[in-house]
Amino acid sequence: MLKIENLKVRVEGKEILNGVNLEVKPGEVHAIMGPNGSGKSTLAHILAGRGDYEVVEGKATWHGQDLLEMEPEERAYAGLFLAFQYPVEIPGVNNVYLLKAALNAIRENRGEEPIDSADFLALVKEKMKLMGMDEAFIRRSVNEGFSGGEKKRNEIFQMLVLEPTLAVLDETDSGLDIDALKIVAQGINKLRSDDRAFVMVTHYQRLLDYVEPDFVHVLSGGRIAKSGDKNLAVELEKHGYDWIEKEATSA
Amino acid sequence: MSEQSAKERFLAQFERVSQHEDALAPLRRDALARFRELGLPTRHQEDWKYTSVRQIEQNDFELPADTLEIPDDLARREGVPGLDAARLVFVNGRYSESLSHTEGLPDGVSVRSLAQAIGEAPERVREDIARQSGLDFSGFTALNTAFVEDGAVLEVAANTAVENPIELLFLSVAGDQSRYVFHPRVLIRMGQGAEATVLEHHAGVNGASNFNNAVTEITLDDQARLEHYRIQRESTAGFHIGSVHVDQGRASRYVNHNINLGGALVRNDINSRLSDVEAEAVFNGLYLVSNKQHVDNHTCVDHASPHTYSDELYKGVLDGKGKAVFNGRVKVHPDAQKIEAHQKNDNLLLSKLAEIDTKPELEIYADDVICSHGATVGQIDRGALFYLRSRGIDEAKARDLLTYAFAESVIERMPLAAVREWLEGLVVNRISGEGLLDDLETEGE
Repeated sequence: MLKIENLKVRVEGKEILNGVNLEVKPGEVHAIMGPNGSGKSTLAHILAGRGDYEVVEGKATWHGQDLLEMEPEERAYAGLFLAFQYPVEIPGVNNVYLLKAALNAIRENRGEEPIDSADFLALVKEKMKLMGMDEAFIRRSVNEGFSGGEKKRNEIFQMLVLEPTLAVLDETDSGLDIDALKIVAQGINKLRSDDRAFVMVTHYQRLLDYVEPDFVHVLSGGRIAKSGDKNLAVELEKHGYDWIEKEATSA
Repeated sequence: MSEQSAKERFLAQFERVSQHEDALAPLRRDALARFRELGLPTRHQEDWKYTSVRQIEQNDFELPADTLEIPDDLARREGVPGLDAARLVFVNGRYSESLSHTEGLPDGVSVRSLAQAIGEAPERVREDIARQSGLDFSGFTALNTAFVEDGAVLEVAANTAVENPIELLFLSVAGDQSRYVFHPRVLIRMGQGAEATVLEHHAGVNGASNFNNAVTEITLDDQARLEHYRIQRESTAGFHIGSVHVDQGRASRYVNHNINLGGALVRNDINSRLSDVEAEAVFNGLYLVSNKQHVDNHTCVDHASPHTYSDELYKGVLDGKGKAVFNGRVKVHPDAQKIEAHQKNDNLLLSKLAEIDTKPELEIYADDVICSHGATVGQIDRGALFYLRSRGIDEAKARDLLTYAFAESVIERMPLAAVREWLEGLVVNRISGEGLLDDLETEGE
């Protein structure tokens, strides 16, 4: 579904991605790990359509279509979702309104009718319960005054309601205590299916204990320096990233 | 255009109208003399640096001869819908008894037209009028006093709580050929411990290009509480110069919600004097300006006594070639220790040609005070825009939504739900003409 070929990207004149290759097929869970500054978050944002970068070379396609040409909202209609590392606070915009407007926009683009209000409420309540969220929470402004953990939980909650076919999770595990991490992992696992895929950007192996990846990639120096299965994550946790960087430079 | 200057025209107008020889006649003549000295403000005056009144000078305004007959449902249509309120309606400054209804108010509340009050108890009116604004506040206030005739008088006796709000609806209605000028005066006197909510609502009808020169004077005795909504919806060709002058007694609380949606040229002066300890003033303001609108808000909180508090939040959304001015003055007298004053002015610029001049003005002569102030001018937040778009909200709608949310945070501070909902609808229509936010109403509070 997603194919990234030799992608080179510059942000504010600085080369951040330096030839990334990645293919994601339906049903797969990919973990992208790497040290700080390796370009992990940039990759996540580029997939969601953030505009402030310059593609130098290479391409990314979504079901054969040029992904980088698509507007952020078009990507959402096509089934892409980004769980933000730092979800934005939007005072005055109510959570439930945003979700309903988002869901209806996506439905409209698929030629579906807007969701019935009662059905929507039932859906929201079901997913909130799953994420252990208080009902008052949804009536508040988007992320306003939320704790770090609440914000991350809200991202996964939105993902569950919008049901994307590819979810990119940008350090969704960071800043979570173990209970919150379990809830977030449960939310992700709930959505796993043969026709959906996940790209999880993470610094630590911890989340991968609860959401088992099919592939683990190490991003280093703006390119994927090593790929493997879940055991690679265990190794990274033990030995850090240094050996990969050395391996990459000597290769 | 006549050869006369605007000042000369107003002076000649005063001579032409038959003067009522009532108890206010000397006051009117004094005010006229003061206007003769002051004239209309010019941009050479610091307080008018960013606002030119040339548009007012260039027009001939007539005093309305008699009350215009207007359709019955007009007042109903223009008033705040769904608000359970006593309502006094004024058409081009003149009280209309047939359009008004004041039943259901509790004992201890007196609300009537200024014309009636002058007829019944001119000495009392003489006592109350021009107590704070004086005659020298500005040429416009002097002009209002010189022509003072009608308006509203509200008196709430000590320890009387008026539960239902009182709406003073000032309709500005277009004449067949003329542009009108009128000078409504509102006097509010709240006794000790009295509580009330007043909506001073100025609405332009059918594109009226009149000049509404309004003055409101308010006295709050000890522990009195007043929520004062001042809603300005003149038509886009209308001129509005308004001022509010409040004097607050011990432990009184005054809240002003100053909402500006209309007008070609608008200037508001909101002034409160915290005369005794523990008096508190809260100023909320919102202005939406687009096309060639010009809206100037000057506020002044005068901390004349120690242990007094003020909090001010003004927000503006500027589009097209819209221009706005915010000047927030906080004055702290030398012996007014332990006061607390906060002020904030945030502006959202939606177009390259829009302009805002914002200035906090702190005059602090005491040393043990807590004061804060801040002004921001910005555009739609890119991070928030990207977040909404990544969820599937298209760019145009996301922009409207963020603009609405910015403005809504002022409306949110209003206690009256009926006013909030009505204003939210008006603001949505203003911000999003294309109906992109039509789904907002379906989810409410």
